[in-house]
Amino acid sequence: MAWFLIKRLAQSVLVMVAVAFLAFSLFRFVGDPVSQMTGVETSVEDRERLREELGLNDPFALQFLRFTGDLLQGDFGYSYRTRQPVGEMILDRLPATIELGVVALLISLVVGIPAGIYTALRPKGVTSQSVLLLTLVGVSIPTFVIGIMLIFTFGVWLNWLPTFGRGGTVEIGWWESSLLRPEGWRFLILPALTLGVYQLTLTMRLVRAEMMEVMRSDHIRFATARGVPWRRLHFRHALPNTMIPVITIIGLQFGGVIAFSIVTESVFQWPGMGLLFLESIRFVDIPVMSVYLVVIAFFFVVVNLAVDLLYVAIDPRLRVREAA
Amino acid sequence: MLDYIRRREGLWLFTRSPAAMIAALATVVIVGGALLAPWIAASNPYDLSTFSLIDGLKPPAWLPGGDPEFLLGTDDQGRDMISSILYGARLSLLIGLMAMLIATLLGVGLGLLAGYFGGWVDAVVMRVADVQLALPAILTALLIDGIARGVLPTALHQELRVPVLTLAIALSLWVNFARTARASVMVEKNKEYVQAAMMQGQHPLRVMGVHILPNILGPLLVIMTVDLASAILLEATLSFLGIGLPADSPSLGTLIRIGMGFLLSGEWWILWVPTAFLVALVVSINILGDFLRDLFNPRLR
Repeated sequence: MAWFLIKRLAQSVLVMVAVAFLAFSLFRFVGDPVSQMTGVETSVEDRERLREELGLNDPFALQFLRFTGDLLQGDFGYSYRTRQPVGEMILDRLPATIELGVVALLISLVVGIPAGIYTALRPKGVTSQSVLLLTLVGVSIPTFVIGIMLIFTFGVWLNWLPTFGRGGTVEIGWWESSLLRPEGWRFLILPALTLGVYQLTLTMRLVRAEMMEVMRSDHIRFATARGVPWRRLHFRHALPNTMIPVITIIGLQFGGVIAFSIVTESVFQWPGMGLLFLESIRFVDIPVMSVYLVVIAFFFVVVNLAVDLLYVAIDPRLRVREAA
Repeated sequence: MLDYIRRREGLWLFTRSPAAMIAALATVVIVGGALLAPWIAASNPYDLSTFSLIDGLKPPAWLPGGDPEFLLGTDDQGRDMISSILYGARLSLLIGLMAMLIATLLGVGLGLLAGYFGGWVDAVVMRVADVQLALPAILTALLIDGIARGVLPTALHQELRVPVLTLAIALSLWVNFARTARASVMVEKNKEYVQAAMMQGQHPLRVMGVHILPNILGPLLVIMTVDLASAILLEATLSFLGIGLPADSPSLGTLIRIGMGFLLSGEWWILWVPTAFLVALVVSINILGDFLRDLFNPRLR
């Protein structure tokens, strides 16, 4: 177990180094930092002095080490566009994205898992068939179109909910939360639904496939033959065996939620990290782009690590294999 | 003979599946319309002389104030919606198809090499694929486009909009092909016909291209349809975000982005007509993909 932990940790660190290298290359080779910081009237000597001061003439490896060291100490540099520290900019936007993502993920799981189980147990029913057709349409409708449809229905037509921005937030320390006041939820619900619907279809399809697979397996057939009541059969014998893929889904979907939050945040003008990233691409604001990349990769690595550890905790077979 | 039976069976299943037939019909109509746009469209949205502001904001023909000349209405510049959509679909399909083909070539090529040779070739290709798979496609595409913006001078980037976008999409989709091709090759490699070809001393490239490739085409074809839909969606999303194509050469995504401006003002057709069109196209392709998957995977039937 300890060995497994060490191996996994080493792998994670390696991925982070690779990503940091990518971010560094972006920073160093896409556009010239010096010409970004200076104007047309800066003399060649001043440019050269700045170049020397910034350490851009040092050996490549040294520059990369310094870059990584700065990252580790939480020094993320300054934005080319706003001249603010990038770390502050990202931290400012972080709570909005996290809250949006978590609520979307919850929608996807709370609706998707029961729907997946239901359609697996009654595959021929009319309800199941229509739900499945709906998911096929759901997968084909791009996130931004779902967002526009929701805005049109609930914002413009029924005029029930606000359609852009974050509205009533409450500050807890530096964390601005929309979850503590009903007003905040009114702003949150449409973006979260938009983000959740696509993930929901994925969850449902995966849980359904897995459940059908388990229902065909020998131990279920045996339990059926033994006359185990169906409720116990479905929820005690079958369901726990589908939990491994469900955990994988949560891990994978975290990535999907973060990626598609870029689109959702753009549709609803939700002031999160995705919107910041989009602006940074439009203005070629390399420091913000590369730090966003590092932050996202860090989330991914942590979630994947947690998922792997959960596997071991949940599935006894993995523990046995590790011990052997 | 087996091939013949499968083809007959495929055709039979096809006539039995109304969803697949409708989807195929819709795809053919949309692709045909896009291909023939310069000949059948009433006006050319890129050519200022073919439309006029006087015709601006006309609703679809069946509504009061509609003009039979503009069946689905006009936008604020007086451009015929149908014409804009046909030209937009042309660009969307072109970018989607090219991106899908590049992704196929790159992915299948690397997957074949990785599966056939194994060892360090396999390790390198698959590690790169792993890292890429960790980043969602849209993030990769955005990042590549951002890098292109930084590296290319502004004027050149404007000019190379379409190729850059195509490449960004292709590079974010190749992993699926590589993984599938690799997995199939590793199964096929141990079969007798491949072993025989290898023992005859045939060149590895010949073994891969002539003997293995035709036998793994089935699953690849399924991914090609699904990824065509993803590529079209990705292009639409990027253009919608304002990262893809600019307003003077609009794809379907750009048209929807422009239509968003009319969401609150009552000219609903400027937004919903291109949106419905995009969704119809992608749904049709996805249904066809589902049909193909069932066809090539008899276990699921």
